[in-house]
Amino acid sequence: MKLIACIKQVPDTTEVKVDPKTHTLIRDGVPSILNPYDQFAIEECVRIRDQIGDCSVSVLTMGPPQARSALMRCLALGADEAILISDKAFAGSDTWATAYTLSLAIKKIGFFDIVFCGQQAIDGDTAQVGPELAQQLGIPQVTYVEKIEIDNKNKLTINKQTEDGYQILEAKLPLLLTLLPPTSFQPEHPPMSSILKAKRKPFNIWDVETLGGDKSRFGLDGSFTQVIKTYTPPKRGECELIEDNPKEAAKKLSKILCKNEALTKR
Amino acid sequence: MKILGIEIILDKCTGCGLCVKVCPFAAVKILNKKAEIEANCTLCGSCLEVCKFDAIVIERPKLSDKNLSEYKNVWIFVEIRENELKKVSLELASKAREIADTLGEKVGAVILGEKAKHLCDEIAAYGVDIAYIVENKNLSEYNTSNYTGILTGLILKYKPNIVLFPATHLGRDLAPRVAASLEVGLTADCTGLSIKDGLLLQTRPAFGGNIMADIISPNVRPQMATTRPNVMKIQKPDHSRKAEIISIPIELDPKALKIIIKEVVKTTKAGVKSLDEADIIISGGRGMGSAENFKILEDLAKTINGVVGASRAAVDAGWRPRTNQVGQSGKTVSPKIYIACGISGKIQHQVGMKSSDTIIAINTDREAPIFDIADCGIIGDLNEIIPALNEELKKNLCKN
Ligand SMILES: Cc1cc2nc3c(=O)[nH]c(=O)nc-3n(C[C@H](O)[C@H](O)[C@H](O)COP(=O)(O)OP(=O)(O)OC[C@H]3O[C@@H](n4cnc5c(N)ncnc54)[C@H](O)[C@@H]3O)c2cc1C
Ligand SMILES: Nc1ncnc2c1ncn2[C@@H]1O[C@H](COP(=O)(O)O)[C@@H](O)[C@H]1O
Repeated sequence: MKLIACIKQVPDTTEVKVDPKTHTLIRDGVPSILNPYDQFAIEECVRIRDQIGDCSVSVLTMGPPQARSALMRCLALGADEAILISDKAFAGSDTWATAYTLSLAIKKIGFFDIVFCGQQAIDGDTAQVGPELAQQLGIPQVTYVEKIEIDNKNKLTINKQTEDGYQILEAKLPLLLTLLPPTSFQPEHPPMSSILKAKRKPFNIWDVETLGGDKSRFGLDGSFTQVIKTYTPPKRGECELIEDNPKEAAKKLSKILCKNEALTKR
Repeated sequence: MKILGIEIILDKCTGCGLCVKVCPFAAVKILNKKAEIEANCTLCGSCLEVCKFDAIVIERPKLSDKNLSEYKNVWIFVEIRENELKKVSLELASKAREIADTLGEKVGAVILGEKAKHLCDEIAAYGVDIAYIVENKNLSEYNTSNYTGILTGLILKYKPNIVLFPATHLGRDLAPRVAASLEVGLTADCTGLSIKDGLLLQTRPAFGGNIMADIISPNVRPQMATTRPNVMKIQKPDHSRKAEIISIPIELDPKALKIIIKEVVKTTKAGVKSLDEADIIISGGRGMGSAENFKILEDLAKTINGVVGASRAAVDAGWRPRTNQVGQSGKTVSPKIYIACGISGKIQHQVGMKSSDTIIAINTDREAPIFDIADCGIIGDLNEIIPALNEELKKNLCKN
């Protein structure tokens, strides 16, 4: 069996800078991390591989050369092979162009049973690349996946989160999953021995030429959405601090709340 | 044979009939062991996905400046739950009305479900002019591939200028699928929508709410966006309004589905609003100390008609179900009032509640980061303050 995981290196969202001219992110100088959702996806992928045996995990990302370190981390976490899809032509991709590029890479790999994505990447929070990729590959998807069990090599049992609980689904392969880590998930650092092992695993770099496809569809040119302006959101007003004995504090707060439309309009 | 830009490659077609099963518009037949496409094909692409032999090719007409203007009207996808309109659907209708008025266009609403006609008048009251109704017993539960095929087909047929989806679990599963199928842009999780120079100006937060971005999709139609629940204002309903109803007949074969729902489990109590829809949220964190102690929040919630939420720490501790979690790996909420009790307000929590109208924090630690974004903060012990507040509110609210 073949499992493919799509991962993204993201800037740590606590330290964001934006190019005032292009309105795109300046990634230099901002600490980059493996999207935490994707780390969970890799860990799941590796767990399933180990369970079924005779199976390999390829991990891919479309990103700048420095995204290599995110892939190395995935290899250290147990992935078997990494592919970095990197070319200046991919710069400025929106979710559609990203999914298009990833779909070409996956078609180039040729065969797969499950594609894993994170539910969302913490930079854009769009949650769109997974479903758009599934559509372009022509395979079904399950989003908001909380739990996967593989019964035999053809069928998955999946817990999918809903707004008021979850569904238990049965799905045939091939398909794409977007994974939601458990709330207690903490991205672990792989041990030194695994990091060293990772250095000996296959690592490929693919550019536009390797991928083929319609050149007008990559990067900024291939993107349907255009960011025309970015700005920092208006600052919230000052915090009114109340420090009093509980009774008085409650009285004051009650007064404030009672003026609020949400309470008066019931 | 080639109709409307869809072609069956006869050499590859084996006449297996999978495409017949999945076509929601009953536009494929098998004749002489080959698939044949009828004139009512909408190019929705459902068949493409199931064909194992790559025997179907679809080429949709490319847009030029000239035919961009053929696209008219503002559509919304209407989400329903347990046969009723979700609140976010009213928000979308109200916003669509406003946008359509600016453009001088009509508002269309697409409603899919087992029985949906009864919802037409209700949604019409919020500004919908035309309701496209698709009824089928296999549409009672949401299903990605059926919904995608039907929506793609309708959009290709009626050519709306703008299509809005709710940024709910359902909308975030469906909208990107439809966008990719149509090859159009999609802006996620918008908190602002308006018209600028005739185009849909889509405003959304990014990077954990650190920046806002204005986005347009000038060269494709429809312009599509998902919209965050609880942000757009609901307009006053006009119950005398009526919508034109267009019923679309479809056929679905549940056997064609590759993903089957085995069981639906609800972890929230019946009758309790989900966090996404609540006007008032009272969230508890590690400072609550125990699962039992959440009772004081439940009591307060009862008084002010709120819903109880939680920080990750409280969910991790097993005090609250996962559906209660607010934040980066939980839900993004924007209620009118958010009361954070015993929550430190780390960035990952803030991401999920920062856009609330009014934020109130109760915490013993004056250095807690939650106070950086709160409008009103009480420094003190929640065990004393919450019950006292509840009593105060009960008194005051009775008076009104
Ligand atoms: C990848 C990732 C994703 C995450 N996603 C989320 C998420 O979705 N949602 C989320 O919430 N967190 C998330 N977190 C965790 C987040 O960073 C914080 O650890 C978490 O929010 C802390 O929860 P807390 O504020 O309840 O607990 P704490 O940080 O322990 O804060 C408890 C607070 O209660 C106060 N307190 C204690 N006793 C009392 C009392 N009697 N009266 C009043 N106040 C009292 C304390 O002063 C303290 O400020 C995520 C972290 C990571 C790494
Ligand atoms: N550039 C990329 N390369 C590989 N995978 C990506 C990329 N961007 C997004 N993804 C995948 O899509 C998921 C959702 O991302 P997003 O739609 O940006 O929120 C991520 O968790 C990744 O699994």
